[in-house]
Amino acid sequence: MTTEALALSAILFVIGTFGVLVRRNAIIMFLCIELQLNAVNIAFVAFSNLFGIEGQLFVFFVMTVAAAEAAVGLAIIISIFRHYESVDVDNFNLLKW
Amino acid sequence: MVTFFFYVFGALAIGAALGLVLSKSPVASLLFMTVTLFAISGTFVLMGAHFLAAIQVIVYAGAIMVLFLFVIMLLNLGHDYRQDLKGGGFAVISFLVVGAMAGLLATQLGGPAASGPAGAGEQAIQAAVAQYGAVGAIARPLYTTYVVPFEITGILLLVAVVGAVVLAKKHVA
Repeated sequence: MTTEALALSAILFVIGTFGVLVRRNAIIMFLCIELQLNAVNIAFVAFSNLFGIEGQLFVFFVMTVAAAEAAVGLAIIISIFRHYESVDVDNFNLLKW
Repeated sequence: MVTFFFYVFGALAIGAALGLVLSKSPVASLLFMTVTLFAISGTFVLMGAHFLAAIQVIVYAGAIMVLFLFVIMLLNLGHDYRQDLKGGGFAVISFLVVGAMAGLLATQLGGPAASGPAGAGEQAIQAAVAQYGAVGAIARPLYTTYVVPFEITGILLLVAVVGAVVLAKKHVA
């Protein structure tokens, strides 16, 4: 079961990374980051079956940080949308050289 | 039986994750993400983390996904069906990065990390669950050994709430 869980975790993490790299919609990129966090959570739970309850505690903390990150990140997206009338990351080129 | 259901939930999670990345409509992407979260919750149950499975459904699928859906509704992005995958050289670089990462993870899977003390943690967790219940098994270390990180998490959430309000509010003068 551990090997399968780690494989699932790796596949979901890679899919999430791919989503962050290829999508332009900032909200979808953000969702893909959440997918990466969830993939890591699967690995934590799998390892907790080998090493003890601390893995599950870490999942708890990761979820809390993800909730905080979602709140702040969506607020930033709303704030950017007010300015540019878009969530397409290609339009946010102020810091681009 | 457990392994069979693990494969079912894993296939569901991977398929919905692909749907999340590839679907054009933001709302469809979000609903695919919710399916993925439910499937991951199922794998948590199969791995014996019942409390985390419940938290996953309530916090992630319940609260965070509704927050995302609300923002999509608020910004009126639901009708944005344009294909927004990046193309050209960037897609090639993305494939290279993702391929390298997948290869690295594949070599690590058979490494020493995956072969810990077989079942030692599982037995300890089952003993704790039998003694304190599914919630108590997590709550006891959380409120004793890890109480400082737990309190810091509370401060983080407070800062996040204040930051979200400040960032999202309209700047008046």
